[in-house]
Amino acid sequence: MPVRDIFIEATYLAASVMFILGLRSLTRPEFARRGMQQAAIGMVLAIVGTLIKHEIVEYQWIVAGLALGTLIGYPLGMFVPMTAMPQRIAISHMFGAVAATLVGVATYYNSGGVLSHGEMTALGFEVMFGSLTITGSLMATLKLAELMPGRPITFRGQNAVNLTLFAATFGIFIYLIARPDQTMFFYGMIALGLVIGMSMVLPIGGADMPVVVSLLNSYAGLASAATGFAIGNNVLIIAGALDGASGFLLSILMSKAMNRSFSNVLFGAFGSVVTTTKTLATGQTYTPVSAEDAAMRLAYAGRVIIVPGYGMAVAQSQHVVRELAELIEHRGGDVKYAIHPVAGRMPGHMNVLLAEADVPYDRLYDMEQINGEFDKTDVVLVIGANDVVNPAARTDPSSPIYGMPILNVDRARSVIVMKRSMNPGFAGIENELFYDPKTSMLFGDAKASLTKLVSEVKNV
Amino acid sequence: MIAFTELYVFVLAAFVGYQVITRVPPLLHTPLMSATNAISGISLVGSLVAAGAGAQGTRVSTILGFIAVTSATINVVGGFLITDRMLKMFKRVPKPPTP
Repeated sequence: MPVRDIFIEATYLAASVMFILGLRSLTRPEFARRGMQQAAIGMVLAIVGTLIKHEIVEYQWIVAGLALGTLIGYPLGMFVPMTAMPQRIAISHMFGAVAATLVGVATYYNSGGVLSHGEMTALGFEVMFGSLTITGSLMATLKLAELMPGRPITFRGQNAVNLTLFAATFGIFIYLIARPDQTMFFYGMIALGLVIGMSMVLPIGGADMPVVVSLLNSYAGLASAATGFAIGNNVLIIAGALDGASGFLLSILMSKAMNRSFSNVLFGAFGSVVTTTKTLATGQTYTPVSAEDAAMRLAYAGRVIIVPGYGMAVAQSQHVVRELAELIEHRGGDVKYAIHPVAGRMPGHMNVLLAEADVPYDRLYDMEQINGEFDKTDVVLVIGANDVVNPAARTDPSSPIYGMPILNVDRARSVIVMKRSMNPGFAGIENELFYDPKTSMLFGDAKASLTKLVSEVKNV
Repeated sequence: MIAFTELYVFVLAAFVGYQVITRVPPLLHTPLMSATNAISGISLVGSLVAAGAGAQGTRVSTILGFIAVTSATINVVGGFLITDRMLKMFKRVPKPPTP
């Protein structure tokens, strides 16, 4: 083995180790930053190693690509606000999938269809996962950025159409493995993959996005891993496997937190529309509260738990939330934040927003950590969250969300719910928490209400 | 046939990944996503070869390689930067100054 090849393999091995250590550092917030910086060094090593490969004979297109990619990537890394993080993550799945798919097409094109069955299998997986991730992520991005309606887009016979598409793609794939020289089928499979990606994400609504984004993360990883198989590169296989495993695990966690079965996620059927069983609370009354009264109760509360939801993200009110929490703490109260796994539009959405607003992370509690504390809590402040605090998930077997793990807000001594109006949330499910005698409703835009609360608490 | 060593590498890496990632707290799930994204930008390794193969490849593969290099670089540069930016924000409660 020539020295050059040994050096190249060494950079790949080092990169693989640094990637794993980088991900491992994410288990502890205080080490995470340094660990990921080391992973970035691993990446640079692997790139340098690749650049000296003897297969690479001309550099103008490489330099152009690296320059253009940096030019686009830098602002995407530095200037995208944290509130836009879900769509930012979704679009990066698309870029990863574009790279994998195009490398697959280039490999196939150059081979002229002269491939072994094994090579064709790897290439097939590469372009199939790649192409459906491209359009799937694009749809997810458009929905999350609200450039497209976030509600589920469905049509009659959708499931039948999707199933036919899947079957056709699968059939073509099998045929291609047997006859790799059938060029039209190869490109046909990519076209079908693009259509499937679109039809998979279209019927999915905003609140289901955490599962979709995680699943696309997994698919993008699998496309990279397949690229590694196709060109026989271990560092690609390892990185792709890590990415795939991570996305897979997150989608399992998210679907559990949303009360969807795992097979439901695997087959992408999670978009199946929830039939709105409106057990409408006719005759039930709710208690509205003024900002002055709510502020008074918060100011004199000993223990407060804040439950943020997507409404907080929409109103971009995380900074005001932190201000209010600090005021309560200055008056001697204890403030914690309860974060439901699927609050928001992607895994960890609320944590990032609150961290951005300088809320210390040891004040942020997961559902399991905090659920036992609600009965000792004086006031729970729910900001734009709905289904994740709906007690029907525990008590009403006929409810579509029955069995979903929730934050036990109803066990607190009193609850203040901040909401725009009495309209039921995304899933259209009535929430009896709002009619509980100990719950007070504070209506209005979250940011405006919070600002009012802050000034009122200051005056107490 | 696909070389079996590669299958070993894939399965073991997925296993290690699963073990490591189960221990990542929900607190850091968003940085985890952007981190795995940045890492999967390693597909740059394949793209570079496609874009720089010169006469060994074809015009078509060079252009596809160029677009692939651009996309992968976006993920590498943007992914690591945004992960670092996010992780920088996670801070503990400042310890009260000891008198």
